[in-house]
Parts: sequence; structure tokens; C-alpha cells
Amino acid sequence: MSLILLIEQILNGLQFGVMLFLTAAGLTLVFGVMGLINLAHGSLFMVGAFAAATVAGATGSFVLALAASLAAAAAAGALVEILVIRRLYSRDHLDQVLATFALILIFSEGTRWLFGSFPLYLNIPDYLAGPVTLPGGIQYPLYRLTLIAIGLLVAFGLYLLISRTRLGIQIRAGESDREMIAALGVDISKLYTIVFALGAALAGFAGALVGAIQSVQVGMGEPVLILAFVVIVIGGIGSIKGALIGSLLVGLTDTLGGVLLPEFFKLFMDNASATSVGSSLSTMLIYILMAIVLVMKPTGLFGAKA
Amino acid sequence: MKLRSLILAASVAALSAATATAEPTKIGMITTLSGGGAGLGIDVRDGFLLALKMSGNSDVEMVIEDDQRKPDIAVQLADRMVQSDKVDILTGIIWSNLAMAVVPSVTAQGKFYLSPNAGPSVLAGKGCHANYFNVSWQNDAMSEAAGNAMSEEGIGKVFLMAPNYPAGKDMMAGFKRFYKGEVVDEVYTKLGQTDYAAEIAQIRASDADQVYFFLPGGMGISFMKQYSGSGVDTPVMGPAFSFDQGILQAVGAAALGVKNTSQWNKDIDNAANAEFVTAFQAEYDRLPSLYASQGFDTANLILSAMGKADVKDADAFRAALEAAEFDSVRGDFAFGPNHHPIQNVYMREVIQEGDVFTNKIIGVALTDHTDAYAADCKM
Repeated sequence: MSLILLIEQILNGLQFGVMLFLTAAGLTLVFGVMGLINLAHGSLFMVGAFAAATVAGATGSFVLALAASLAAAAAAGALVEILVIRRLYSRDHLDQVLATFALILIFSEGTRWLFGSFPLYLNIPDYLAGPVTLPGGIQYPLYRLTLIAIGLLVAFGLYLLISRTRLGIQIRAGESDREMIAALGVDISKLYTIVFALGAALAGFAGALVGAIQSVQVGMGEPVLILAFVVIVIGGIGSIKGALIGSLLVGLTDTLGGVLLPEFFKLFMDNASATSVGSSLSTMLIYILMAIVLVMKPTGLFGAKA
Repeated sequence: MKLRSLILAASVAALSAATATAEPTKIGMITTLSGGGAGLGIDVRDGFLLALKMSGNSDVEMVIEDDQRKPDIAVQLADRMVQSDKVDILTGIIWSNLAMAVVPSVTAQGKFYLSPNAGPSVLAGKGCHANYFNVSWQNDAMSEAAGNAMSEEGIGKVFLMAPNYPAGKDMMAGFKRFYKGEVVDEVYTKLGQTDYAAEIAQIRASDADQVYFFLPGGMGISFMKQYSGSGVDTPVMGPAFSFDQGILQAVGAAALGVKNTSQWNKDIDNAANAEFVTAFQAEYDRLPSLYASQGFDTANLILSAMGKADVKDADAFRAALEAAEFDSVRGDFAFGPNHHPIQNVYMREVIQEGDVFTNKIIGVALTDHTDAYAADCKM
């Protein structure tokens, strides 16, 4: 394996990681601040992608499509929080899982009802299409580089939001002691709606960005949701920093594992069985990573002490 | 209470009325109607129901259920259809792993199963059964045709890619059976994978002359979109599943000019096909896909057999199915000794007609093709 190929794969892992971060950040915020397990987070990812595809189809503008994905997912998130989620904070996790699972089904079939069963068309804009040549002669798609940049910018923005703003202080306070900040006069139900809508908007934004290079279809959020849960368990529940490190770890492990493991087995096996053993093992790799992290640090890499 | 007894009385009356006349043939359809693979199941169902509607035959009773692309749910549905719904014939499954979970137990219980899509190699060879009929294709067929075509074109080095599940393995085995050149790399991806950046980098690094890939449904959309933006210019070819009517619009211009192999296309020149394409567009307001054509053929095969024999007389009904005397939209259609089709596989190319992306046939890749597993089948 050449060095160029390895660097390209590391970039791929990074890109996968930062997109995962956008989804996982909202999930971990909601879990950390409100103590809520939201299985319907993947549906908000899907809402973002469908909103973007619709607006891009109608206006032809990718920027407008991205704005629409943020707005639609935030609106859907706020609506869901006010109508359903609000009733679940005091319930135990099983009730939350059941109710948010029902939301997945409602979102999926609702989307099918509105848009039909066939995938929608959403493509990257011409000015981001095609490859660019990086130093060292590496050809890499411009759009994926843009994704990495956007992901890191969002991570930086979230860091500023949490550490430098009044809302950030309230969010951090909400994570450490919910009853106390309510007693201090913070409108907790408004704070919860804002946090939920923020998480939803991030997921929807990721859905639109990723939807442009994937297939925009019903059920596209569920595989992402599972990975996002792995990320927040690895990173530590409630920690944005943990979500970022966890996402990059999962992204790099998954991408590099899928490439390197078959190569590794080819050293002492014939081609066909090396590919099949390597591919099977690489799909397990992130779960093995999660298990190792949990054995070493049961609350995740940056989780609060239980 | 009054209402309930009234309903009870009415249903008893309806039941006795139904048994008084000839008993309808009950067909259970288990197919994927929700989730990511729903487009395929909906096409099979719509093609099937269209054929029933066009025949005007009212002796058929349908039970249609959604398997959500999950093997365990498909097995539960099959058990329920056989034991409580008492269906005579089952059909509908899209995915090979689901077919492997359902078909052997259903046929062992004496029911007929007609596959409108999946054709795993085991069910064509060692695991074949007298009551199992495949109306679509054995999984390898389209890849065998592609392998043959690439050999004839003299393409020396090829890169193979498929998801890691039975149909993926079958496809690649079929390709290699007919391809004479060198396979530079063979990659198995996760089923349902959405990002192919790592694989595309491997293609770029390889010195392959062509890529052959099998990625059905949404996986194919993702791959084609990402591939066209990557700057890699190695030509690709695939079986029809990544270029069917349901997904071409979502892939868009990225698929233009790509060659793919299929047993059916809307421009196959025969009366049944022309009638099917027109009727399908009139009924559902979209162009039919190959899945719809397979559902349509499956229903017409059942109808042709019902015209000759009663489904309760299993031997006579089986013989009527084997004869396959119906007007297939593919033109000539016959079953081989293992109840899998003997048929032409065509080479198609993705073109644009107005705003719509679709396929046209550019040649025959394999003529009267039969599968490689028939010899292992002891019925």
C-alpha cells in the first residue's frame, strides 16, 4: 500500500468522522442536558436531507438547500420536543426509548407518504464538484475536503457556544444539576426546547451535507444513529469534546480497518479468504473499540464520573 | 353486543357463500414495503397486482405483508401465512438472505414458492425443490453475462466490488466464471454501506481497466454519485440492479452512458412487453423497472397455471407451472430442470430521454442462458 493511498484513506476517515460528529453532538447534548435517550435523532438527519433535496430541486441553490435543512430540522425538533419529548423527561429510559422509537416509525412513514418510496435527487453544486490536487500529488474530491472544513468549523463554533455564551453556561449548568438551575430562575423548558432544536438542526445539516453524496431515501438516518450512539458511548455521554474525539476515532477506525485488515490477512492467506475474513472483521472493529474503551474507562473517554 | 353478533352472523354467511362457490387461490406476498429497500418491493407488488387486474381474474385472493428487509420478520410472516392464512402459493421476497430463511421451510410444508427476484445459488443447486420456481434469474446470471462481455471486449484487468452477503458472493462468482482476464482486486463492502470513499481510493490506486460492481438500491446511488465526483475515470459496469428505473433519477447524469446487464428492458420488442409498459405507466404514472416486470411475469405465470390445473392438485399445478405457457414480457421464457429460467441476458446502456434517465438495449450478452448449478439439483 502506497503512502498516497494511506493519506487519502486517512482523509476519508476524517471526513466520515466529522460528519458523524454533527449527528453525535446533538445526541450527546440532549442526553447530557435532559437525560433523554432520543432514538428519533436519525429521523431528524433524514428530515434535513429531504428538506435540502426539495429546496435544491425547486431553486437549484445548494446554499439555500443547506439553510432549509437547518430550518426544517430545527423546526421538526422543536415541534417534537414540545408535543412529545417534554412529557418524557420524568419517565424512565424504557418509556423514552419506546416513545422515540414510535417517532422513528411516524417520521419514516410520514416521509414516505409525502415523498414516495423512491430515492430523491440531491447533488453537489458544480463549484464543489470534481477533485483537487493536494501537495504530494494526492487527488481528493473538493466536496469531501469542504465537509471536513465545515465539520471542524461547526465543532469550533460549538466550543465557543458552550464555553463563551450565556446559553452555554446554562447548558453546562443543566448537565451538572437540573433542579438547581431551575431553582435559580432559568426557564428550563425553554432551554430544553432550544437545546433539542439545536441538536436537531445539527443532525439535519449533516443529513443534507451527506445526502448530496449519498442516496436521499427513507430510513437513511438509522445506520447513522447506531454509529452516533457508539460515538457518544466512546466519548462519554454529555461531552461535546468526547463526541468530537469519539467521532474521529470511529471514523478513522472504520475506514482504515476496512482497508488495512484485508491487506493484513493477505500476508498469510489467499486473496479470496483474506478479503472475506478482513471485511467481516472490519465491520466489527468499531464495536471492539467501544468494548475496549468501556473496559478501560466505563464512563467513556471524557464522561463525568458516575 | 348486538353489533358484534351481527358482524359474526354476516361473516359466517359470507364464509359459507364463499365456500359454496369455487374456492379462490390464495397467494401470500412477503416483500419489502418500508425502509431503504422499499422501492424494489413496491415495484414487484405493483407489477404483480397490475397483471391480476389486467387478467380480470377474480379467483385470486392476495395477502400482502411487509418484511421490512428483516429475515426474522419474513420467517414470522411466512409461518403465519402458511398456518393461519392457509395460502396456497407464496411469492414476493426481494433479498437473497430473506429467501434463504423462508423458502426451504415453506416448500417443505408443501406450499409453492415463486421467486419474483432473489435467486441464491443454493436454491438453484443442492437446495432446489420441486415446489420452488424462480421467475426472475439465478443471482449469477447478469454477472456471468457481464464477465462474458468484458472478455469479448478484451478487457484485461478488472476490479470487483459487492456487498458481503449471499447475492454479492454469487454475483462475483458468476462474473469470474465467465471472465478470462485478471481480477486485480476484489472488495466486499458492508450491506447497506453509504460511503465508498475508501473503496474509490482503492480503485484509483489499482491499475484496473474497468470496475465491475454489484450494489443494489441506495448503495448504488451513493457509489455512483461519489465515483463521478472523485476524478477516477476507470469505466464501470454493473448488473441492472444499480441502474434500474427506480434509482436512475436519483443518480442523475452520473450514470449516463454506463453499460449494465439485464434480462429485461422496456424496449424488448414483443406485444406483451409493449402492453405492460403502457399499462404500468397508465396505472402508476411512472416507468416500470425490471422488478415490476418480474412481478408482472410471476403473476402471469401463476394465472396461466391456474387456467390449467387446480392449485390443490399439487402435481398437476406443478406441471402447469413447469410448462410456463404465458406471454412473458421478456419474450421467450422457459424453465430449466431446476425450475430456473433459460433466457437471454441483454447489455443495456443508460441514456436520457427528455428529462428522464432510462436504459436502452445495445446488444445480447448471453443467449438462452442457463445457470451453472442445475447439475447439482436432484429433484
